[in-house]
Amino acid sequence: MSMAESAMALGLKALNRFAGSRTVDKLGLRALAERGLYHSARAGFATVGSVGRSFSAASKLLQAERLPRAASAGLFDLTPTEEQQMLREAASSFAQGQLREAASAADTAAAAPAELLKESAALGFAVLGIPEAFGGAGATRSTVTNVLIAEALAEGDLSLAVACLAPSAVATALTLWGNATQQAQYLPSFVADNAPAAALAIQEPQALFDPFALKTVATRSDGGYVLNGVKSLVPRGAECELFVIAALLDGLPRLFIVESKTPGITLSAEPAMGLRAASTTRLTLNRVVLEAPALLGSTADYAECIALSRLAWCALATGCGKAVLDHVIPYANERIAFGEPISHRQAVAFMIADISVELDALRLATWRAAALAERGEDFVREAAIARQLATDKAMRIGNDGVQVLGGHGFTKEYPVERWYRDLRACGFMEGVVLV
Amino acid sequence: MIHLETPKKFGALVAQAHQVAAQMFRPISRHYDRAEHAEPKELQMLASLLDGMNAGGGGGGAGAAGAGRERSHADEGNRNGSNLSTVLGIMELCWGDVGLLLAMPRQGLGNSAIAAVANDEQLERFKGRWAAMAITEPGTGSDSANIRTTARLDGDAYVLDGEKIYVTSGARADLVVVWATLDRNVGRAAIKSFVVEKGTPGFELVRLEHKLGIRASDTAAFVLKDVRVPKENLLGSAEVNVEKGFAGVMQTFDNTRPLVAGMAVGLTRACIERTRELLGSAGVEVDYKKPARLQHAAAAELLRMEADYEAARLLTLQAAWMADNRQPNSLQASMAKAKAGRTCVDVALKCVELCGVAGYSEDELLEKWARDAKILDIFEGTQQIQLLIIARRLLGKSSTELK
Repeated sequence: MSMAESAMALGLKALNRFAGSRTVDKLGLRALAERGLYHSARAGFATVGSVGRSFSAASKLLQAERLPRAASAGLFDLTPTEEQQMLREAASSFAQGQLREAASAADTAAAAPAELLKESAALGFAVLGIPEAFGGAGATRSTVTNVLIAEALAEGDLSLAVACLAPSAVATALTLWGNATQQAQYLPSFVADNAPAAALAIQEPQALFDPFALKTVATRSDGGYVLNGVKSLVPRGAECELFVIAALLDGLPRLFIVESKTPGITLSAEPAMGLRAASTTRLTLNRVVLEAPALLGSTADYAECIALSRLAWCALATGCGKAVLDHVIPYANERIAFGEPISHRQAVAFMIADISVELDALRLATWRAAALAERGEDFVREAAIARQLATDKAMRIGNDGVQVLGGHGFTKEYPVERWYRDLRACGFMEGVVLV
Repeated sequence: MIHLETPKKFGALVAQAHQVAAQMFRPISRHYDRAEHAEPKELQMLASLLDGMNAGGGGGGAGAAGAGRERSHADEGNRNGSNLSTVLGIMELCWGDVGLLLAMPRQGLGNSAIAAVANDEQLERFKGRWAAMAITEPGTGSDSANIRTTARLDGDAYVLDGEKIYVTSGARADLVVVWATLDRNVGRAAIKSFVVEKGTPGFELVRLEHKLGIRASDTAAFVLKDVRVPKENLLGSAEVNVEKGFAGVMQTFDNTRPLVAGMAVGLTRACIERTRELLGSAGVEVDYKKPARLQHAAAAELLRMEADYEAARLLTLQAAWMADNRQPNSLQASMAKAKAGRTCVDVALKCVELCGVAGYSEDELLEKWARDAKILDIFEGTQQIQLLIIARRLLGKSSTELK
């Protein structure tokens, strides 16, 4: 019996005793306990990263494919293009229907339904960023389009949006920074029917984590690299076939392409406050040996990766914040206290007004940075500003969302407590998603 | 296509406004803060220059009169017009000095009201005149529907009686746009605005206020006793339409709130820029690649202030852009005013705190900006009034339900 198995056995014993107690039924906790059992069974897993296909290049490319940059008329404009509008509506209807529907159960189960992930892949948002040469749908690089899609998906459910978008972060990284060989080897599989689960792993578990001062280290060895370290909150880690992992090389942060079947990788469930539907996983690298071609992009590319990922989290925060706003408005109008709707009280109404003000500003700041990014202009400052708003204001929105609902907001009968938990992630997470 | 940078075609206007702010406003800023009620003569020449810029057409000017309806253009897709250019100009000028901008001849809020609701004949007649705005009364501030100044039709003139306070540029302007009610029993629908010529018998300036900030701008109090105003000086429709309610006079605010938000944005930037320099000389710099929590506490504050500044700025540009594109923008105008108003006060006060004596003493302008800032969260609708407007609109509530 492995360590993990024995831990699970102990947990099951404890749960069994809990399930046998009459107090459980008396308190109406049975269903909750059963869900807890399901979850602890999942949370107890520990596995080596052994799943995975062999990625091989179907054809050789002479040079890497890049998407051309978007052009602009140079005028201030807040109107999405017709194509963006269409994509946003498609993402939105999927999110409002399927994602919202599945969100609560997926949160409890700490897993996204496989069918849902398949459907999301079939919708093709992931292939938008892949050049046509590899069978993708990407015609121009559009960070703004990706922001709009992430926003729309997160309005359905933030965690499920992360689960759906995680593989495309790897595809986007390969498109943006991969060389011809890397692209030919990995990109075609992302447009296939059974596209691999994949994740961009940057976050580490230590407090005051700085993505430019990583503890994961790559050392040069025999013309290749050896990686050691720990990555945290990797989405759908257990099913991933491919990772892009951040590590310090010669003191500078870089990205490495790592196939999950590489020896030395251990994955274990890392359940957290939120992002539960994304099956967050801890990834340990113990003397993971990589060949020379595993190094992806330059140090400048790494900095761009961090900024684009922060923007993606801003887009997710915006979508989730919109869900909060749209939930508290009808609630405050319908909930009666002291003989009238609570929306008749300034203390409540002003909270809702503030949610809308800060939400609109967060959206605009995110759009501004994204529009600069897609035209190849410097956007580090703008991304930092959007990120700061996501850290402070989006969390405030999540906080006030629960507050408006009061005790109801604290229970799982309503989604606001889940958004409260998910929104906390947007303020510190690095990697995972890219726009 | 989504793009939130300052349009290139306004680059020259913004640069010009910045030069005015840096070369003309800043050098006299402290002088007119100390010499309250002295008229800044330097502004006369500048105003003529601005008139010239406005007459040049195309992009619109940098003053309040630039905001308003776009009078005639076909639906031609995305438009960056005079609302946007005006707000951009105002941001630059208020980076220089808010009080001096408010004291600019012929750029008063009354001019905005005229630009927003006057008919063609009135526009022509009041062209080139400096118009102040008189709404507030001793007993009526934010509840402007409750004003007591009355207007009664007598032959070919309206006769106005009442008292008005807080009239910006009231002593220096040629005209004052006065809000008065045609029938106090009807409520807001009966409130109309009247253009009153200075020097009209019975229209008497009683005092100038001594204020916390914006001292370069005079703030006047008037008494109106049997003031006869020609019938043709009523702005908008004379009809008392309960259905349309306040629409006529309140329409002005949709156009002027983004401008006041723009003032706040300009002042906020001035504070942040100077504080950044002072902190820089103390060895503290913001690193945009690092989250706030990994930086010096003062750098983290600076980053937070900059985020709020950008939030206010983008909301303001959004409101102005919507007006240019003829999209209803009452909600966004109030959002911009609410965010920009509170941000400029919070930022200005925080900058004084961060800079210590340099922030607090009269050697620097930071303490002055912190005093100037406060009015921007009060006039053209206080923070609380903006939140009420936003909340009522979002929640679909009337003013009797959400009070």
